[in-house]
Amino acid sequence: MKIKRILSLMLRHFYLIKGSFPRIFDLIYWPTVQIILWGFVSKFFTMYSSYFGNAVGVILTAAILYDFLFRSSISYNMLFLEEIWSRNLINLFVSPLRSSEVICALTSTALLRTLLGLIPAVFIAMPLFNISIFELGFPLYLLLLSLYMFGITLGLLVTAGLIRFGPSFENVAWASLFFIAPLGCIYYPVDILPEWIKPLALSFPLAHIFEEMRSILVNNTVNFKNILIALGLNIFYIGLGIAVFYKAFKSAKNRGTLVNIGE
Amino acid sequence: MKNILEVTNLKKKFGNFTAVNNVNFSLNEKKTIGLLGPNGCGKTTTIAMLLGLITPTSGSIKIDNEDLNPRDHQFLSKMNFASPYVELPKKLTVMQNLKVYAMMYEIKDPLKKIEELIEKLKLQSLIFKKTGELSSGQRNRISLAKSLINDPQILLLDEPTASLDPDTGDFIRTFIEDYQKNNPISILLASHNMNEVKRLCDHILMMKEGNIIDQGTADQLISKHGRNNLEEVFLKIAREKNEN
Repeated sequence: MKIKRILSLMLRHFYLIKGSFPRIFDLIYWPTVQIILWGFVSKFFTMYSSYFGNAVGVILTAAILYDFLFRSSISYNMLFLEEIWSRNLINLFVSPLRSSEVICALTSTALLRTLLGLIPAVFIAMPLFNISIFELGFPLYLLLLSLYMFGITLGLLVTAGLIRFGPSFENVAWASLFFIAPLGCIYYPVDILPEWIKPLALSFPLAHIFEEMRSILVNNTVNFKNILIALGLNIFYIGLGIAVFYKAFKSAKNRGTLVNIGE
Repeated sequence: MKNILEVTNLKKKFGNFTAVNNVNFSLNEKKTIGLLGPNGCGKTTTIAMLLGLITPTSGSIKIDNEDLNPRDHQFLSKMNFASPYVELPKKLTVMQNLKVYAMMYEIKDPLKKIEELIEKLKLQSLIFKKTGELSSGQRNRISLAKSLINDPQILLLDEPTASLDPDTGDFIRTFIEDYQKNNPISILLASHNMNEVKRLCDHILMMKEGNIIDQGTADQLISKHGRNNLEEVFLKIAREKNEN
C-alpha cells in the first residue's frame, strides 16, 4: 500500500469539495437542520417526560450520534458514486491504485467529510439547547469509533453492490441505513422491541452503542462491556464488508462489468 | 527490437459467448499496432484484459517479458489508457486533474512533467479551466495528457479522435506520431478511422467475432483483399459478417 496513491484519491475529493459551494453547503446544512429539529423535540420531551428529565438531551445526543453514523456511511457511498457519475472509474481502475488503497482513501475522506458536516452542528447545539455530546466523556470517542466503523461497513457493502450491479444499485445506497435503523434502537431501548427480534437487534453493533449512550446519560454509569461488544461486532462486520467488496470486484472483473460501470 | 507486450492464446468467455478467442500478437518497442473490426468483435474486451479490467478465461499476457499478474497492480504503472468514452472529473480544473494523476502514478517531479505535457499539447490556456467546461476536442487533449503523465511504455488508445473535427483530429494524430518518435513508447490503437489506422499503425490486426482473422501492414491488407483502401477492406469484413 502506498500512501501517495491514497493521498491522490483524497486530493481528488478535496478539490471537488473545495471548488463547490453547493457541496460544502450540503455537507453542513443537513446535520445542522437535523440537530435543530431534534433539539426542539428533545426540549419538548424534557418538559413533559420524567424519563427524559433524567438526562436532558438523550434524543439530541442520539440524533447527533446517528447523524455521525449516517454521514459516515453516506459519505463513503457518495465518494464512490462521484466517480461513477463523473465517468472517472476506469481511469482509477487502470492506474496502479489498489483496491486496499481505494478503501483507505474513501474511508479517510469519508471521516473528514463527516466531521466537516457535523462539527458546526455540534457547536450550534451547545449554546442553542445547552447540550454537549462531550458530556459523554471519554466513552464518546469509543462510541464514535464504533459508529464510524459501522458506517464504513455499510459503505463498503453498498460500494460492493455498485460494483456488482452497477449504478442501478444507487437507490439502495441512499436507503441502506434506513433498512437497519429500526434494529439500531437509536431513540428507544432494546427492551421496547418484541422478544423474538431482540437477538437480531443485538447482533448489530448499533443497539449496543445506543444502549451505552443511554446508560451514560440516564444512569450516569459507563458499561464498557457494551462498548467492547460493539467494537468486536464492528471488527467482524468490517472484515465481512472488505471481503464482500473484494469478492464483488473480482466478480465484476470476471463478468466484464467494470468496463461499463458508468453507463 | 525489444518485445514490450506479448499476448498468447488470450481468451475470454462470458457464459457460452466467446468474446475473444485465442488472440495472439506481440508489440515491439516504439511500434503501433491497430485493432480493427466491426462493433462487438472483441477489441474493447482485448484492451480491457490488457488493462486488468477483465480477467481472461485463459491465455497469457507478458509485459516486458514478465507475466501479467492481475493481483499485482504494479504493471499498470508501465501502461496508460485514453478514450473519449472515459472522462476525467468534470468539476476539477485541468491542472487539478493532472496533479491528482501525477500523484497517483507517483511521478517524481509532477509539476515539471505537467508543464512539459501542457506545452506539448498546447494546453496553456486551459489549465485553470474546469474540465467539464471544455470542448470534446480539448477534453481529448487533456485525456491524452493524463495518459502520458507516467511516461508509459505501453499506451492503449480507444478511438482517440472519435467525434473530433478534422483539424483537432489531425493535431492529435500528429502529436502521437511526434511523441512516439521522441519517446520509447509502444501503442495499441483501436479505431474506426481507417485513415488514422493507416497513418499511425505499423501493423494491423483485423478482428471478427473475437478472432484475429487477418493481419499485416495497411498496404499488405489492401493488396491481399484486392481493395483500393483500408475502408473497403473493413467493409468487406463487416459485410461478410452480415452474410453469415
